[in-house]
Amino acid sequence: MRVEGMTAAYGGVKVLDNFSLSWPDKGITLLSGPSGCGKTTFLRCLAGLQSYTARAVELPERPVILFQEDRLLPWRTAAQHITDVLPRERWGEAESWLELVELSGEGAHYPKALSGGMKRRLALARALACGGGLLLLDEPFTGVDGDRAARILGRIRDLETPVLLSGHESALVALADAVLPLDGPPLRRVEG
Amino acid sequence: MRNRRPLARGLLPLAFWLLVWHGAVWYLENIQGIRTEFILPAPLTVLTTLVSLAGEGEFWLTALATLGRIFAGLLGGVAVGTVLAVLTQSFAWADWIFSPAVRVIRATPVASFILLIILWAPTGRVPAIVAALMVLPVVWGNVSRGIAQTDPLLLEAGKAYRFSRWKTVRLIYIPSVLPYFASACHTALGLAWKAGVAAEVLCVPKRAIGTQVYFSKIYLETQDLFAWTLVVIVLSFLLERGLGALLGRLEGGNTHAG
Repeated sequence: MRVEGMTAAYGGVKVLDNFSLSWPDKGITLLSGPSGCGKTTFLRCLAGLQSYTARAVELPERPVILFQEDRLLPWRTAAQHITDVLPRERWGEAESWLELVELSGEGAHYPKALSGGMKRRLALARALACGGGLLLLDEPFTGVDGDRAARILGRIRDLETPVLLSGHESALVALADAVLPLDGPPLRRVEG
Repeated sequence: MRNRRPLARGLLPLAFWLLVWHGAVWYLENIQGIRTEFILPAPLTVLTTLVSLAGEGEFWLTALATLGRIFAGLLGGVAVGTVLAVLTQSFAWADWIFSPAVRVIRATPVASFILLIILWAPTGRVPAIVAALMVLPVVWGNVSRGIAQTDPLLLEAGKAYRFSRWKTVRLIYIPSVLPYFASACHTALGLAWKAGVAAEVLCVPKRAIGTQVYFSKIYLETQDLFAWTLVVIVLSFLLERGLGALLGRLEGGNTHAG
């Protein structure tokens, strides 16, 4: 997968300026870099949520993003968050997606009753259940302890959907199949 | 003990103000030497009048007719106000056309509306139309604000997770707007009663509380005026409780969340 000459601005600042990057079309690829370097803007561009210009973009169809914020609906239960992104005939899968992020038995709870880490995992389960040709995970394990993050990432790898994730946790470096060190803004590749 | 408290909270202030009312009548009668039957009838006189009125079938038909008109006006105003809010928030052309008109309705004195509508509509329909016109801008304003303040991050999440337009409305817009809608309905209910009964007083339909209020003023039957006013207050209270219960059920999801 690759992008070539991608340019995008956020809040009037040019965050991506003729940025080019390629990464494996299998496994888990970590975008590693300091806060504010432009990783989120890059992921949002790939998800089609932000306008950009580029010479070339080669991506699978329908990438799905996990936002940096949880963006849960306070009036929907954990299980409803999953069924909301699934077609009716797949509603029965809700519990297994909650299991994947270690939220078994929490389906009936509203977000307010969940801890910060649990909310993060629910948001992750929703993005995974939504599915797509590429998973764009923006800091998926904020507030989640390292061991649990490793277990969940292992299960995400088993889904066999390519993953592009950003994060600061040093444990992620060991778990990712490829690491792309970045810096910015504007976002640029640095040698790791 | 716990069950008695809400009752005491309601009854004690009522008893206090009845006492103040009774004290004022006593003061005017015994200290000032003024006959109060035409200006401030005693609470017991009003209660006796109310009981006597309630013994007649016509009283209940009159109360029901007014209740029906106010409720119809409220429903009409809420429905049109909500539809206009959705239109003006969704389409620039609708905002351009309807928003100034709703602002004009909001700024127009209720008395002007009543006198104009008397000229344009059958007498029996004037109170409902006037009540609807008073309710409409309140509902429009609140629902518009609710739509405008729906969290853009949630809307973007809906887009990212491929929600259909209807799913976005059902899962994001409606729950976000509901508290604004409920608040508008509570305010609108009071306005509908005030404007609707005022319209009845001015257009004097055949069977109406406002008509009874008008005649009690003409014939200086002040105890009747007080009794009918009490009826309005009780009906308004009951309607507000009913509406509160309905909106409470609708907001159930939000309540669970909070």
